[in-house]
Amino acid sequence: MIAELGHFSLALAFALALLQAGISLWGAAKRDVTLMSVAGPMALAGFGFVAFAFFCLVAVYVQSDFSVASVYANSHSAQPLLYKVTGVWGNHEGSMLLWVLVLAIFSALVALFSGNLPMRLRANVLGVEGAIAAVFLLFILTTSNPFLRLDPPPVEGRELNPILQDIGLAIHPPLLYLGYVGFSISFAFAIAALIEGRIDAAWARWVRPWALVAWIFLTLGIAMGSYWAYYELGWGGYWFWDPVENASLMPWLAGTALLHSAVVMEKRDALKIWTVLLAILTFSLSLLGTFLVRSGVLTSVHTFANDPARGVFILAILTLFVGGSFTLFAWRATELKPGGLFAPISREGALVLNNLFLSAAAATVLTGTLYPLALEAITGAKISVGAPFFNRTAGPLFLCLLILMPAGPLLAWKRGDLAGVAQRLVVAAAISFAVAALSLWLVQGGPLLAAIGLFIALYAIAGALVEFADRTALFREPLAASLSRVVGLPRSAFGTTLAHLGIGLALLGIVAEAGWSEERIVALKAGDQVSIGQFDLQFKGVIPRQGPNWRDLVGRFEVRKGGVVVATMEPAKRTYLANGQSTTEAGIETFGFGQLYASLGDPTADGAVSARIYWKPLVTLIWLGGVVMAIGGACSISDRRLRIGAPQPARRSTLPAPAE
Amino acid sequence: MSRRQRRLVLIGVVFAILSLAVGLALNAFRESVVFFVTPSELAAKPVETGKRFRIGGLVKQGSLVREGLSARFEVTDGGASFPVVYRGLLPDLFREQQGVVAEGAFDAAGTFRADTVLAKHDERYMPKEVADALKKQGVWREESAARK
Repeated sequence: MIAELGHFSLALAFALALLQAGISLWGAAKRDVTLMSVAGPMALAGFGFVAFAFFCLVAVYVQSDFSVASVYANSHSAQPLLYKVTGVWGNHEGSMLLWVLVLAIFSALVALFSGNLPMRLRANVLGVEGAIAAVFLLFILTTSNPFLRLDPPPVEGRELNPILQDIGLAIHPPLLYLGYVGFSISFAFAIAALIEGRIDAAWARWVRPWALVAWIFLTLGIAMGSYWAYYELGWGGYWFWDPVENASLMPWLAGTALLHSAVVMEKRDALKIWTVLLAILTFSLSLLGTFLVRSGVLTSVHTFANDPARGVFILAILTLFVGGSFTLFAWRATELKPGGLFAPISREGALVLNNLFLSAAAATVLTGTLYPLALEAITGAKISVGAPFFNRTAGPLFLCLLILMPAGPLLAWKRGDLAGVAQRLVVAAAISFAVAALSLWLVQGGPLLAAIGLFIALYAIAGALVEFADRTALFREPLAASLSRVVGLPRSAFGTTLAHLGIGLALLGIVAEAGWSEERIVALKAGDQVSIGQFDLQFKGVIPRQGPNWRDLVGRFEVRKGGVVVATMEPAKRTYLANGQSTTEAGIETFGFGQLYASLGDPTADGAVSARIYWKPLVTLIWLGGVVMAIGGACSISDRRLRIGAPQPARRSTLPAPAE
Repeated sequence: MSRRQRRLVLIGVVFAILSLAVGLALNAFRESVVFFVTPSELAAKPVETGKRFRIGGLVKQGSLVREGLSARFEVTDGGASFPVVYRGLLPDLFREQQGVVAEGAFDAAGTFRADTVLAKHDERYMPKEVADALKKQGVWREESAARK
């Protein structure tokens, strides 16, 4: 009964979304106030129905109702409650429903917090959101119904894939979807602007908070997914340039570019057409990611099951929205009045450079991801484009971007003073260079590339701090005056500093992991010693352990540093009872920002256990950097001038706002 | 700076970054693209020593031998089979008669040494390349495909 209610509710949501799209867009075109005012309530009602359907699906999972096909395939009565709930989106059907739920949440938020928007813009935005929802609901109802019943109902379920039985599944997909789908709002705003043929600085001010929300979640989602892969797969890697990882990175790159170009549009009334294009591109890349993940055209960790009908449907959705929006762009973009050109040496010039590098990086990632597909379709040859390709393309572009990054915020709007900026950064550059040179001398034979990376990372971090010191006149004025400046700084200034600091920290982590990690692959018997980094590990042997739906073989390690026991590590080989699948549970101990990482392999022929042990200095900075970036985003969004729904000072857009 | 000069600077910068990206991509394609072959294709047309490639198929029944930290096994597509040597920890889902993809190169002695072994990530899921290779050899069993 619950399943049928959920299914019915989804069907209603589809009908509503279709109406929401039709009525809003028609009303906006006819300038009919009555029709346009329907959009908001319909978005809220649509959210209600989708949320109810999602709730129904959670309910049948919690009840372990195996007469529902998706529950049977992805749950088990002995599974802990947390994994019964997260199992809802640990499969194709449920994850699509989560996607639509997130879309409905965003539509409802737009409906609630857009009271100050011009009516036509609001109706068009909600209309586009409704159209996206309708198409995806149709996709779910026709090809991926999560409420499908089985007859006769099985007694027991097949259990959720053991790799997914982890707290990571509770966090990673929802965060990522909040990011992916959040960009649908800037997309909807872009389409609305194209339909109206009008765009101004106020538009950018409305779009930026939404893009920022999406960007924060996408940043956290990517960082979380990376850490999850790191500890769950047991390979010690945090990024595999897997097509699906790339699919989340591309919208992030384009979205980051969008945030920066929207600033230029808001402050200088320039880069308008480019910003609209980026808004379309970012969401198109999100959709492309959905297509790559859900259609099964690529071999990936994230592919659940291959069904050609779904692939074709998603390809049709992709063609409709991407093709449609680009056609609209080509047709209407000339209607938008382009902004003026500006001096190359200026804040806006620096932001253009940022956009160019980010777009170029996104383009190379896109090329590397799609090239194997294209080649196979054309010549039939199967190739894989792996980490080396991306490290050689996106890597250098990103390093160029980070070298330029500290200078950007120090340049003034309109006309920057390059010599002055160089003067302010020379100390930061000198210190970073000295440390990098020192690292080469300390780690004899260490890779030169790591030293270069270290220089760039430190310079990016120092540059962010210099910029902050510069704003608060630290060391130039008495401390008290500087402190009062800190209090007076707009929150978005903190945002910039933190976000730039975060990317520098992440790069530092990446460089340290790549350049100075140590790895041992060993066969161990009880009592054996392994030395790695500054640590001595003693293997104490293997003990069994029983969990709710699994059995562990735990390898115990005693970790000593300078003769003192500092930790015990317990990596395990876990076997799930329901289907006999096994997973590797890595043992991880954090020391400072570095981590000691151990994972167990199979027993060797002579009774020993194989194990892989890593010492990864500064590795946690990779994810902490992501968190710092997200905090920066959150700071920026809490800025009064950006607050969603806050009353805007009238006509401010015509005056250039004071430079931040 | 005149409007014209500003436009020229912009076009110049766009062009420079674009050509940097294209140059990097072309260079990387030349050096880091890895081809996927099946044991049958390899038997018909060997790959030169030192060139990296991927081989995929099923792990042949009874072929897995572990020696300390090394493992040797054979990859088969029903037609030919092909020996692989791998040093390190095999993935959790590595099993005989299951799909596998190994990446590496021939060493001077003519042994294929893999440095990466990928097993399928899910019981219900077969790497697409492997499924295609098996279909080509006519040993694809629909029931194993339908078990999703």
